[in-house]
Amino acid sequence: MTETDTIIFDTANRIFDDLSTPEVINAAEEGEWPKALWQAIEESGLNLTWVPEANGGIGASLLDGFAVIKAAGAAALPVPLAETLMAGWLLSKAGLEVSSEPATVGLGEVQYVNGVLNGTINAVPGGRSAKQLVVVCKDGNDWLVAQVATDQCQIAAHNSLAGEPFDSMTLSDVTPVQSGVLTGGMDADSVQAMGALIRCVQAAGALSAALELTIEYSMERVQFGRPIGKFQALQHSVAAFAGEVAAINAAADAAAEALSRADGVVDHEAWVEIATAKTRLEEAVNTGAAVAHQVHGAMGFTYEHRLHHLTRRLWSWRDEYGNETVWAKRLGEEVLSWGADELWPKITAVSNA
Amino acid sequence: MSSRFRFPHVQMPPEATALRKEVREFLAEEIANGGFVPMADCWASAMSAEFSRKVGQRGWLGMTWDKKYGGHGRTFLERYVVTEEMLAAGAPVMAHWVADRQSGPQLIKNAKPEIRDAIIPRIVSGDCFCAIGMSEPNTGSDLASVATKAEKVEGGWKVNGTKLWSTGAHGCDYMITLLRTSPLDTSARHQGLSQFIIDLKAPGVDIRGIADIGGQVHFNETNFEDVFVPDDYVLGEVGGGWNMVVGELALERSGPERFLSTFIVLQEAMRLLVNNPTEQTKEVLGQVVAKIKTLRRMSLGIAGLLQEGASPEMEAALVKDMSTNFERELLEKLRKVLPQNILATSEGLLPGLLRDGILRVPSSTLRGGTNEVLKGMIARQLGMR
Repeated sequence: MTETDTIIFDTANRIFDDLSTPEVINAAEEGEWPKALWQAIEESGLNLTWVPEANGGIGASLLDGFAVIKAAGAAALPVPLAETLMAGWLLSKAGLEVSSEPATVGLGEVQYVNGVLNGTINAVPGGRSAKQLVVVCKDGNDWLVAQVATDQCQIAAHNSLAGEPFDSMTLSDVTPVQSGVLTGGMDADSVQAMGALIRCVQAAGALSAALELTIEYSMERVQFGRPIGKFQALQHSVAAFAGEVAAINAAADAAAEALSRADGVVDHEAWVEIATAKTRLEEAVNTGAAVAHQVHGAMGFTYEHRLHHLTRRLWSWRDEYGNETVWAKRLGEEVLSWGADELWPKITAVSNA
Repeated sequence: MSSRFRFPHVQMPPEATALRKEVREFLAEEIANGGFVPMADCWASAMSAEFSRKVGQRGWLGMTWDKKYGGHGRTFLERYVVTEEMLAAGAPVMAHWVADRQSGPQLIKNAKPEIRDAIIPRIVSGDCFCAIGMSEPNTGSDLASVATKAEKVEGGWKVNGTKLWSTGAHGCDYMITLLRTSPLDTSARHQGLSQFIIDLKAPGVDIRGIADIGGQVHFNETNFEDVFVPDDYVLGEVGGGWNMVVGELALERSGPERFLSTFIVLQEAMRLLVNNPTEQTKEVLGQVVAKIKTLRRMSLGIAGLLQEGASPEMEAALVKDMSTNFERELLEKLRKVLPQNILATSEGLLPGLLRDGILRVPSSTLRGGTNEVLKGMIARQLGMR
């Protein structure tokens, strides 16, 4: 991070610490929009992290934006900041204006005919909390990015495992607020890959935070006359957890860096790194969430304890934008296309970039 | 997390790319002209003094060591490139592996100048090989319990006892040996230990091979009976052995050999798997390649730390724990998607590699510190011990 961008990161952490409290997160699950939190995000411009300064944004680098997303994951942020950043990224890749309102991206079958959009998109993260929905659809041979106001959609509310909006959104003859052709040779799969990357980065942050809570609790909780963290069986579980945290952070960072090298375009190399990270995410989440809950005991299984803010998000993110089976098979197909003799050269190619 | 373990992002310098190409060409040539047949777990089970000499002649041993001692003064990343290419190809690197990885750096740091100057250039040329003498019949994970002792005699030391599991000792010139130089003080167990350079041709040294579960002899029992070691062959200060060993273990644990020992099996399996792949095959290949890429990224981070002059003991413990588990997992996953009874065929390299891989892999999570010991170190770093 550059010096300016350290400020962005510190600002993000300060806002999240102050305003993404367990009470706020629980209230959000009950349907109460965290107004103060979003307001602070808007005032600091964090929602426009990736928007150039000339267009009213912060103009931070891609990697700094991902640092903010990781911090948002660690804070179990109950507002669609990551989705808003993704929507902004998508709009800018189609040369469109980015607004400061909460936004999200919908991936699904949408038809664009005679200037209007029709179709239903399921499992839209942040759905009803967002003011703007950005969709990707075919327009002849092009991939079109179109922005619609969510009040123009019929919304069937659903919740993710984390209790966050995960809605079905139906568009019936909706005219886009703006639309443009997706650039960089990208298509709907590229956008899904971007979503997968964002989830990996959030999860890396959330797993790091869950590990810290776990270590802390293991040294506080006394049983049999000593902190439970002093028991070897538990130490070994936590050590395995730490390894998973290190691994998913490494994989997510590698993917974010590949995207950054490609100027924010999901090119082939970035796609391979993203497929790697999303495939790798499963074991990190499975091990991490299981150990975190095991160490926290019954206490961590209560709604009152904040651990579930992290673990429930992790369980949801593991599935979103393609689960590990989907991504492992895609990556496997890619590996098969390399063949035996190109396997090693391809594995080592990235670090030579 | 970042404050607990650090894996800096490493950018390969352009010279490393050129070097990689050079190493690949060398390896392809060696395979083509029958110089070696690729082996699983090659760094601990494929010994060829001739191959090691060729590697030395290429300038690929002692790469990071200072030129004034006879090294090549290159970066840790360049050494990383050479070692990972050799491992991925299953090349017979066992003879020089220990000397190049840890004994050389130990000698440069702690040997008497005249001894250093006599041995280092020969390691660099691929003419002198070293073994590790740490474990004993009653000393495994609890290394401070070593009982093999060195008693002071005129002009040197008299060594008695037994060292165990010294990989490749039967083909080595020296053993860097951890010995007790003063009686065990149970309140200060790490004291009274010293490291010695023992000439394995010296009178009183008896090396016997031990067959592993595959019937192959790669490691040894070495008996010392009144072996005389001159004073000049003590490494560093008498009594300072423990810290030396800890530093050496960081080097021993940190390299790509901890996740690449079974890579050659995957590469050869791919030749079969590319034909009419099932959905399960695709999934398995995606899973294992995702893990390899992630482990490599972390492993490269450790090379970056070494280049910074750090001693990444904790990061090495963490990566070694995950990596060695992966070496086994890779084989377990592959056998699910390979044809049944493949071991009963003799086509190509795969049956032999798979057999050797499966029979060698229990060693992965034992050697260089068991995974239980490593997890204990990680827990300590996490503030739990």
